[in-house]
Amino acid sequence: MGYSKDQLLARLKELQIEFSQYEHPVVLTVEAQAKYVGNMGGVLSKNLFLKDKKHRYYVVSALADTKVDLKVLSQRLGLGKSGLRMAPEEALSEILQVPLGCVTPFAVVNESARHVSLLLDQGFKTQKCCIFHPLSNDMSIFLNAQGLDKFLKSVGRNPSYIDLEANPPVGKDQPPDLAALVPSDSPVLSDLPEKAPSSQDCTGKSVGAAINSAAVTAKAVKPSGNAQNVKEKPVDSVRPSIPAADAGKFVEELLDRASALLLSEISEDSIKQHGGQLGDEVANNIKKCLREDLKNLATIFKNTAYTEGFYAGTRYQPKRL
Amino acid sequence: MEKIEDKNQQPEEEQVVNPWEVSAKDGGKIDYDKLIDKFGCQRLDQPFVDRVQRLTSRPPHVFLRRGVFFAHRDFNDILDAYERGEKFYLYTGRGPSSEALHLGHLIPFMFTKYLQDAFKVPLVIQLTDDEKCMWKNLSVEESQRLARENAKDIIACGFDISKTFIFSDFDYVGGAFYKNMVKVAKCVTYNKVVGIFGFTGEDHIGKVSFPPVQAVPSFPSSFPHLFSGKDYLRCLIPCAIDQDPYFRMTRDVAPRIGYHKPALIESLFFPALQGENGKMSASDPNSAIYVTDSAKDIKYKVNKHAFTGGQESIEKHRQYGANLEVDIPIKYLSFFLEDDAELEHIKKEYGAGRMLTGEVKKRLTEVLTELVERHRRARAAVTDEMVDAFMAVRPLPNMFD
Repeated sequence: MGYSKDQLLARLKELQIEFSQYEHPVVLTVEAQAKYVGNMGGVLSKNLFLKDKKHRYYVVSALADTKVDLKVLSQRLGLGKSGLRMAPEEALSEILQVPLGCVTPFAVVNESARHVSLLLDQGFKTQKCCIFHPLSNDMSIFLNAQGLDKFLKSVGRNPSYIDLEANPPVGKDQPPDLAALVPSDSPVLSDLPEKAPSSQDCTGKSVGAAINSAAVTAKAVKPSGNAQNVKEKPVDSVRPSIPAADAGKFVEELLDRASALLLSEISEDSIKQHGGQLGDEVANNIKKCLREDLKNLATIFKNTAYTEGFYAGTRYQPKRL
Repeated sequence: MEKIEDKNQQPEEEQVVNPWEVSAKDGGKIDYDKLIDKFGCQRLDQPFVDRVQRLTSRPPHVFLRRGVFFAHRDFNDILDAYERGEKFYLYTGRGPSSEALHLGHLIPFMFTKYLQDAFKVPLVIQLTDDEKCMWKNLSVEESQRLARENAKDIIACGFDISKTFIFSDFDYVGGAFYKNMVKVAKCVTYNKVVGIFGFTGEDHIGKVSFPPVQAVPSFPSSFPHLFSGKDYLRCLIPCAIDQDPYFRMTRDVAPRIGYHKPALIESLFFPALQGENGKMSASDPNSAIYVTDSAKDIKYKVNKHAFTGGQESIEKHRQYGANLEVDIPIKYLSFFLEDDAELEHIKKEYGAGRMLTGEVKKRLTEVLTELVERHRRARAAVTDEMVDAFMAVRPLPNMFD
């Protein structure tokens, strides 16, 4: 269940954070919000809920006047030139658990938003008073950056303020300056279906420790500037085709490949062509085509078995004498 | 020993080849003959390739057949010793500056794996995380992290864990390794490193004292847990030719401290998709094929970004044929298409104009997709525990089997 506005306000009071609140009709845009609270001495914020191609989510909270260039931000995060998009509506309710038009840094109080990265405009720090939605768009709250920080720290978040308008070069010798703000525990599927589910399914699921280590290693995270066309669906070859040192599965894989090749070699044409010699011909071809492939599979199997042994060996308890 | 002139004084027309910069004269192609002359290494010609085939009783690797590994130092000594029954070990490495590897990065590893299998010898792989920390201004943690990530892609090339030791400088430097570093350092004056690597008064002392780190894995005594008692074991270093300066320095020093000179076997540079004159750069993903590219990505990159030698129109193409000298798909195929006969056929037909660029690109896309797919599957099987095992300081009792 997501936090409610009242729970949030209560929390703020508990933490003795100075703030004031103002109710108004539901607003969906900064312009609409400005009509009600624009002249009350605070500075409005605009809040974006973004998603990258690896289903990681970001809340960008900025002063309403700050120019936020998604292309630049994407590069600074190391996601390439077009790695960031607006997150879909469903993600808003599933992950941030706030209604449309209500993106706010306070949404990270929700468990479901645990892995959402929060990027805050450093411009907030110098403002006496900043305006945010407290998890609902029929109210605005006014507080300063210190108050926001106190709240964020209370939910285990380290506030990151950045210069959102900066546009530093990103390239071979200049790593993306915001790369550290990319969530490291991406909500990878805790099960690994062969078919890729739609992007919806990846959201909101808590990232359990049940992440197959093979899944983690198979997702090679890319550095700056590699605007790779990462498929929208999660990498479907995440499950290794050779599971850990399982002799049965290993042999099945070898037999599958050999028989597939065998079947492809035997056709009406090849029978006509080689007649009685077909056996020799096919045998030679199989050896030629499969030799390297099978050796590679065998090496992977060997390395996996060795690793299991090594791991066990490092935790071995010597015999008590 | 050949000195390279101080970088600052190099006249504009010269091509520049050193560990940190590779650029051709006037934005043209690298002149490898000149390079061999200037560096003072030897061409690796056909008799060598035949000899390797005889000694290993298996077809020589495609990179040898196609002249990708084209230069060497003392490779004949290694082969002579091997014929006499004396083994050697392999040493190669990577500077982990970025997370995603492209095909050019894999080339020395693919070749080294072949050497390990063909000659049945052990291998040490150095990850120079300290170097990248210093030259690329990465944090220590980041360069260590990249080293581990790169190790996974390296392992995916198919090295045998019972014959391979991977190490990162931050983890391993010390003990016997460091003792050798000091021995090497004592033999190289400041003026000499400036001459070889072009350091200036503005460069920090980390850079100046780095070269011994890359030199000493050439000496078996740097790895007491592997080669203790085998001080005369020879070392063969497969690398790209821009690494030559480190090893020229090492070969100069080796006899002075009582070690064999390491032998080298060196490769060409892998061209960028946009052509020989283009630079492969991490900030331009379309300049190279990455091991994480999907089949769709590969098709797109080959079709849209590969520089071809085809003519502008089909009629012209049929009349004049393609310019094979500059055609990137042909170049890439010569690296990665195993079948000699098929490659010859394609070159002949394409050069005569009977085959169109589209067909060549299609074949290339197939070859690359298969390669990348195989790599990805192997990579998926590499766990953190496997990396730990490869990087553990442990004996390798079966390393010559």
